[in-house]
Amino acid sequence: MWEFIFKDSKDISGCGVSGIINVKGSLIPGDLIIKSITCQEERGNGLGAGFAGYGIYPDFKEFYALHVMAEDKHYLENFERFLFQKVKAIYHEPIPTKKVKTIKNPPIFKRYFVKLELEEQVSPEEEENKLIEMVMYINANLNGVYILSSGKNMGVFKGVGFPEEIAEFFKIDKYQAYIWTAHNRFPTNTPGWWGGAHPFSLLDWSIVHNGEISSYGTNKRYLELFGYKCTLLTDTEVVTYLLDLLIRRHKLPIKLACTALAPPFWIEIERLNEEEKNLIEALRVVYGGALLNGPFAIILAYNGGIVGLTDRVKLRPLVVAKYEDYYYLASEEAAIRTICPNPELIWYPKAGEPVIIEMPMGTIPNQKSYI
Amino acid sequence: MKPINFSSFYPDFFVERLENKCIKCKICVKECTYEVHTWDEKKKILKEDHGKCVGCHRCEAMCPTDAIIIKRHPSQFREHHLWNPYFIKNIYKQADKGGVLLSSTGCDLPLKIYFDHLVIDACQVTNPPIDPLREPMELRTYIGSKPEKLEVEKTETGYKLKKALPPLIKLEMPIIFSGMSYGSISLHIHQGLAHAAKELGILYNTGEGGLHSSLYEYKDHIVVQCASGRFGVNVDYLDAGVAIEIKIGQGAKPGIGGHLPGEKVNEEISKTRMIPLGTDALSPAPHHDIYSIEDLKGLIYALKEATDYKKPVFVKVAAVNNIAAIASGIVRAGADAVVIDGVRGGTGAAPTMFRQYVGIPIELAISAVDKRLREEGIRHKTTLIASGGIRCSADVVKAIALGADLVAIGTPLLIAVGCTLCQRCYTGKCPWGIATNNPELIKRLPPEVVYEKVYNLMNGWKSEIKEMLGAMGLNSIESLRSNRDKLRAIGLTKEEMEILEVKHAGE
Repeated sequence: MWEFIFKDSKDISGCGVSGIINVKGSLIPGDLIIKSITCQEERGNGLGAGFAGYGIYPDFKEFYALHVMAEDKHYLENFERFLFQKVKAIYHEPIPTKKVKTIKNPPIFKRYFVKLELEEQVSPEEEENKLIEMVMYINANLNGVYILSSGKNMGVFKGVGFPEEIAEFFKIDKYQAYIWTAHNRFPTNTPGWWGGAHPFSLLDWSIVHNGEISSYGTNKRYLELFGYKCTLLTDTEVVTYLLDLLIRRHKLPIKLACTALAPPFWIEIERLNEEEKNLIEALRVVYGGALLNGPFAIILAYNGGIVGLTDRVKLRPLVVAKYEDYYYLASEEAAIRTICPNPELIWYPKAGEPVIIEMPMGTIPNQKSYI
Repeated sequence: MKPINFSSFYPDFFVERLENKCIKCKICVKECTYEVHTWDEKKKILKEDHGKCVGCHRCEAMCPTDAIIIKRHPSQFREHHLWNPYFIKNIYKQADKGGVLLSSTGCDLPLKIYFDHLVIDACQVTNPPIDPLREPMELRTYIGSKPEKLEVEKTETGYKLKKALPPLIKLEMPIIFSGMSYGSISLHIHQGLAHAAKELGILYNTGEGGLHSSLYEYKDHIVVQCASGRFGVNVDYLDAGVAIEIKIGQGAKPGIGGHLPGEKVNEEISKTRMIPLGTDALSPAPHHDIYSIEDLKGLIYALKEATDYKKPVFVKVAAVNNIAAIASGIVRAGADAVVIDGVRGGTGAAPTMFRQYVGIPIELAISAVDKRLREEGIRHKTTLIASGGIRCSADVVKAIALGADLVAIGTPLLIAVGCTLCQRCYTGKCPWGIATNNPELIKRLPPEVVYEKVYNLMNGWKSEIKEMLGAMGLNSIESLRSNRDKLRAIGLTKEEMEILEVKHAGE
């Protein structure tokens, strides 16, 4: 089942996005992100919404938290037989949900806190590669199950419905996180599949995305060069893999990775000093296949930071605000002001100019920095 | 006994002279290099020999009173589907003279033109089209080998590259000029093309005939070709351009070398090519120092060595059956760009059997090569240049979406300067002053005219490519590269769509 997700029709959607970070690592109640995303109700059509929270599992912070969605018990059992051969699960339980009148026949959700069973000691990076490999294998090959997220001390909650319905279903108000992102979706042609909602996540990367990538065919083929298989036919999947490739595998600083995705125009590059010009020209020449062309605004989060980025002509909106230790990102200013009425700073980032907000190192466990 | 020439009995064309319009100015006599029109001094009339007419339309175009119409000769053979007049006349020709049938330009058979079975996408509602009149629209393209990834280091103010990129050539649009030798076409065309390439920020290619001394000033826009004949190849020549192209083969005649009939070898050409006056310039079928892929590697590196590793080396091959594997070998041998020339690629002179029946269409070849290079993880190591049968800017867009980085064109440039595709370039008598070196004839086409026409054509294509990109929601040409999603097929088989990696319209 769920084969339809692999059928050859590309996902097209418009959307609303929100994100919050506390750079001191203080926990933010789920209510706030719910309020911000539901303020952008008009940006969705009830066919998809979701949340990602970082710092939600302090008791299991050293374990990869697998959020798993299954079509029924039978598929889940089948999946568990596979999983338990590969990993040691210290704890697993159903993800608490609540009956919501408007949500009919939801899939079943379970979370697993796991460590990889490895015969020899490997570097953290290799361990992550192995985990990614396993997650991608499961998502592509095991019937009736889908891993929504797989990072440490974080998790993705998403499904078919309006944001307030999904929030109620997953009891988002019961969680606290130092980074939240949320999404409200307006797909135009996809069937209501819970896995197709955002955030899209791999390891501790998560992405919410508003837009349509016109360069999808180019990006997909470029990623295939490096062994990524784009199976979901969503733009967001492509963005996630591109960031994984550029930042984690090619070790580009996050700012340059963002520049590769939304580079300045040649006429702007000509105006830079020689050193910068050479760098950005090389970036465009080498990473032309990673250029995301077409309208988009994305919010990207990882253990330690949050990034906002729009396409090179800013065909989709993004607003950023700061208040004390909090930074807010959203499609609309109203979505920020509803939870932070008097920000110290509020600005509309320029097209293609990334907004990168990281916590100072040592703020949270397993923290990563890509600056 | 007087020899009988069967082929002269059945002319291809019919020259109709409208007596009520003709003023007997005799311009037609002067313009026709094939001596179709003659003036009968005794009878004071113009006469025409239909059998000599090649259908170039020069007389028709130059006639001040529109008194001449060139049409297909109405005389007909009895219908026979297998033995149509084309084959009958070819047999007469060979029976009369013996030898090999010659043709010019590319394959003219009604093989499937895949470009015409592909349609292009556009944005509607869910993403906005971009207007090139109001937003930047980038066609800049780089030729050369690129690293798989970049390494950077932190500086006080930001980041810088750890290592500079290998030599790359910057183009302002994804089109370059194909190699057409000096000799096959006139010096004026070369001068005009080189000038246009400079103004357009693209490249002109010498072809295999060497580089005339008047062209050294365009060095930043010149690709020098090194073909099996090695005509005009010396170290100054190798250094005269920004890139060197090793020509292994061309789409019009895969498996054989270039052919310049002695009729076209005048003094300037003999100097440039370093061959005796009036001799046939026949390039050998293989390079006599390349009998295997490792020999190709040897030549690539010999050329790089000779030019201090400062210039990318291209390798040009004809699209043949195993083109994907061949291209992969060429990339592994170190070619910074691979030019693939399809069955429709043009020529000044080719044996008819080769022009018509050897090689495969560029659309299928380019897609197969792109796919293979990706599968092998070496696509970034080279630049793929598609040529052979590109007729308009939509063909350029389609070729790039099928996996090419850019295209090379030849025939459209000649049409732009007046060529009517009469396909008799090998005679050296081109009345349009294109495929000739006759000093009187080349005056008919001065370099300034060539420059202007070619510049105009390329500018038109440039605007059209920008419009099409914008309609697809793209503002940079690299986002079109290999983007098969932007194409749909109409009326192709499953197998063809698999090779082209496109879906059918409606899917």
